[in-house]
Amino acid sequence: MNMNAWSALALSLKVAGCATLIDLVLGVAVGFLLARRRFPGRELLDTLLTLPMVMPPTVLGYYLLVLIGRHGPIGAWLQSTFGINLIFTWQGAVIAAAIVIFPLVFKPARAAFEAVDGQLEQAARVLGISEMALFFRVTMPLAWRGILAGVLLGFARALGEFGATLMVAGSIPGRTQTLSIAVYEAVQAGQDDTANLMVLLTSFVCIAVLLTAGRLAPGRLAGRREA
Amino acid sequence: MPNTLPIKLAAATAIALAAGFAQAGDLHVSAAASLSNAFTDIARSYEARHPDANVLLNFGASGALLQQMAKGAPADVFASADVETMDAAAKQNLIANGERRNFARNSLVVIVPRDSRLAIKRLQDLAQPAVQKLAIGNPASVPAGRYTQHALAAARLWQPLAGKAINTQNVRQSLDYVARGEVDAGFVYGTDAALMPNKVMVAFMVPLDVAIDYPIARTAAAADAAEAKRFVDFVLSPAGQAVLARYGFLKP
Repeated sequence: MNMNAWSALALSLKVAGCATLIDLVLGVAVGFLLARRRFPGRELLDTLLTLPMVMPPTVLGYYLLVLIGRHGPIGAWLQSTFGINLIFTWQGAVIAAAIVIFPLVFKPARAAFEAVDGQLEQAARVLGISEMALFFRVTMPLAWRGILAGVLLGFARALGEFGATLMVAGSIPGRTQTLSIAVYEAVQAGQDDTANLMVLLTSFVCIAVLLTAGRLAPGRLAGRREA
Repeated sequence: MPNTLPIKLAAATAIALAAGFAQAGDLHVSAAASLSNAFTDIARSYEARHPDANVLLNFGASGALLQQMAKGAPADVFASADVETMDAAAKQNLIANGERRNFARNSLVVIVPRDSRLAIKRLQDLAQPAVQKLAIGNPASVPAGRYTQHALAAARLWQPLAGKAINTQNVRQSLDYVARGEVDAGFVYGTDAALMPNKVMVAFMVPLDVAIDYPIARTAAAADAAEAKRFVDFVLSPAGQAVLARYGFLKP
């Protein structure tokens, strides 16, 4: 039973880690786009991408099941083109988690980019820096704390993802049974000892992640500078 | 003058919440997931007959319902999909054991999606490589899963098929996965298979050496024992039995 808890924790970390990495890339790109480019439907796009934060995970899970399921438009295409079926796989759980936490990653990224002082970027341009170098050497160093805080929050949320994951990836011990799902199964089966261990484990990991996120928050940095 | 708005808001919230709590005349019925359609009908005709009654139905895997009751969730009547779960409830003194009765019987079947081309006629056929995923209720909390484990173990197939099993939270989830074609086959009750004739097909009936009997009992914690007993009696009455028969349940 203890082995079960550890393998569930390892799987949770793997799923949350992959989902966070995907969202780090996509979230920074979308956050930058929304902060810097003006285009029709910009706020609508922001709203649509924020939806996963307010929609019940079961609704998201259902959407995913319908879309990437064997008979869904995306699922059928993946199956016929690559022979991939994402339902009941840990990769399916990664997709579910990545969608659920996306708002937590791109929103702070957008805010962080909007808070970057435009004059600094202008100065760099005047000095002849390329746009690519400007992004990585000026904009990102100024925005990364805000982005990282969002990413860590997203990671913590991904660790706890339950509803959408259960619907898309099922609950296969050792393969798709994440920590939160294992807790649910243990409680349903009346295995309180296992549940207690896993609940403590989850709480401990989440507290550690949140403490780290708190240390990186932009406000904290400003406070330190004043002191 | 202190700002009293937060206090007023808190009071209003508390009143609104209290209104949602159990009231006299409410009858909480916790029933196995496989009973959801039949019991919804039974509750409706019971309320029609007794206008003072208000039946609140709670469906789930029998094992999950048992855990809810053990943790103090309100339940006046408990209807389980297997004798084992009801025995566990009796052992924990959760039910009025003297009034416990079997009220229905079911069969265990293997279903496949309607468009399935696999040749599945008996349990051994599930071992063929073309069958990759099997929906089975989690035996730890789902009676249908426990019957499945029992049947597969008797055929010496439980271990060989373990790698194909997709654990589900209740029997209706198994039905749903088969109907969507996400699994190649699934173990459900005969009554579940009959709910989706357009999407699933019964491949064969699973041979079992135990009967799938559904026991019902008033709970020990029933707020209104007479009302709970009246509902149990109604389920056992010809009117209640007629509804169950309409959904394919057999007499115990």
